[in-house]
Amino acid sequence: MTVREQLPAGQRSSGPGSTIGGGVTTPPPMARRRTTGSWRSRLEIAVLTGPALVVFLLFVIFPVVAAAYYGFFRWAGYGVPNQFVGLQNYVTIVQDPTFIAALGHNAVIVVLSLVLQGPIAILLALLLNRKMRGQTLIRVLIFIPYVISEVVVGTGWSLILQTTGALNSALQNMGLGALRVDWLANPDVAIWTLMGIITWKYVGFAVILFLAGLQGIPEELTEAASIDGASFWQIQRRITLPLLGPTLRIWAFLSVIGALQLFDLVYIIWGQYVASTAGTSTMATYLVVNGRNAGSYGYGNAVAVVLFLISLIVALVYQRFVLRRDTEGALTGKGR
Amino acid sequence: MAVEALPSSALRRPRRGRPMRHSAASNAVVSVIAAVVIVLMLAPVAYIVIGGFRTNSQITDSPAGFPAPWVATNYLDVLTGGLFWRLVGNSLIVGLLTTLGVVVLGLMASFAIARYEYRLRGAMYALFAAGLMFPVTVAITPLYIVVKNLGLTNTLAGVILPQIAFGLPTTIIILVPFLRAIPAEIQEAAEIDGASRLGFFWRMVIPLSLPGVVTVGILAFIGSWNGYLLPLFILNNPSTFTLPLGVQQFSSQYSVDTARVLAFTSLSMLPALVFFSIFQRRIVGGLTGAVKG
Repeated sequence: MTVREQLPAGQRSSGPGSTIGGGVTTPPPMARRRTTGSWRSRLEIAVLTGPALVVFLLFVIFPVVAAAYYGFFRWAGYGVPNQFVGLQNYVTIVQDPTFIAALGHNAVIVVLSLVLQGPIAILLALLLNRKMRGQTLIRVLIFIPYVISEVVVGTGWSLILQTTGALNSALQNMGLGALRVDWLANPDVAIWTLMGIITWKYVGFAVILFLAGLQGIPEELTEAASIDGASFWQIQRRITLPLLGPTLRIWAFLSVIGALQLFDLVYIIWGQYVASTAGTSTMATYLVVNGRNAGSYGYGNAVAVVLFLISLIVALVYQRFVLRRDTEGALTGKGR
Repeated sequence: MAVEALPSSALRRPRRGRPMRHSAASNAVVSVIAAVVIVLMLAPVAYIVIGGFRTNSQITDSPAGFPAPWVATNYLDVLTGGLFWRLVGNSLIVGLLTTLGVVVLGLMASFAIARYEYRLRGAMYALFAAGLMFPVTVAITPLYIVVKNLGLTNTLAGVILPQIAFGLPTTIIILVPFLRAIPAEIQEAAEIDGASRLGFFWRMVIPLSLPGVVTVGILAFIGSWNGYLLPLFILNNPSTFTLPLGVQQFSSQYSVDTARVLAFTSLSMLPALVFFSIFQRRIVGGLTGAVKG
């Protein structure tokens, strides 16, 4: 229920293009009501929205616009940017093999996040969606890695995964010494290590989301099917999963956007220098390393613009082709 | 509609029993699977916590072993030193003020958008909603420059203000439907009784929207508590570090002293875990409803 109801909100939010367009071209139908003319009402609106607008414009909108502007300059971050280089930064980005590699890693992370977390979370949610002892406790425990900060998770995992760390030692103790590898630095392994950590940290979020979605499915449907002799798995495949569709689609959307903008875990575990040689660098770590850490603020901003545009395109395409049917009914139902 | 939807939580037991009867055998299988998953989820956390009770030589000799004997000195060192408490203090200040700012500013703006009719209403809503497309990563460099020009680098305010700004979109998206769902009759009744619209806001709206407010408040607090990128850019002076920055600095500074790093790390996740266990229903309910940042 929750997810279904909340979809329109999350939905509208993630598609600024369409909403902005709608808001600007069609003025609110009831713009002229008795309250509009009153100065008192206007004052109230100004007082209510003013502080939020000022903070939001200053710290969100202005920096985003500025990023697009600075991206055309070579600029070390001091004074006014005056060395206009046109599209040179963007040309450099596209030609930099390090960036292309990071982009590739992002693509791998996007796909593997969906492929690994999706089935695991669906299976767990289906299994846990029953009355059993300790149900609440199980859900809370599965969710714990999601709540712990990325820094703590990253610090802990990097200690466990060192060549002389706990995982290799445990493998040795279990007689699986042959499986020991350099989990973090070996470029053949590192991306899978990262995926393991990502799955571990975020799968609980997916499970909780799916469980909420499952509770919105009317019992009468599954009950009727089971009276007709359908097995547990038949019911899940024919009834539950299709009805879980909207939840799955919004989860996939969040997962994709999160994977595109992944930063904290990689930066903390692999540090700023190792990530690219280990094959785990992302666009966001590239941005920070080559922008701020290198003192090339103009270039960093250009990277930010690229990152944003890629996310935006993915979001819009996803909305256009995947999410649309979920929101159409919901939006009209909301009477907006 | 959204009013009923938001607080409903995945953690709450289903009101009625599930339709299918599960045999004892299938319940046992599920219990085993659940146990395995939980062990996998908790093992790294347990490693950090238990590892803090070992000595460095124990860890070197047997990285995956248990403490033998258990030593509390690592934890005591961290707890008696000033560093940990200073970091907790900074994180608390940043987290609480961010939450307060997000809730107050978000509630005010949401109220105007939800209950007033004016020309720019739709555009204003769209503007805030568009903010969700800009994660802090994209704007971080110019944001740093804005904060620098305001003279707020190395101050907690330099982290708090941007966090409030980036928390507003989620807040407004969650609260506007909440406030809109308050029946017009209640407002009319309040007006008949002589309350102004702002009086209505204070007396009726705030109490009625409390569940939504709590949800957005918790989301803002957790986001702030775990935040890394923004403090990383804004705070360079160790005395202003928040917990995530402190953990990272501590672990690189004492990289040879693994046991102490483990103790420090496990203590630093403790507040988040305590907070989570207190508010777990609301957190999970809020996350299932809200879009995560």
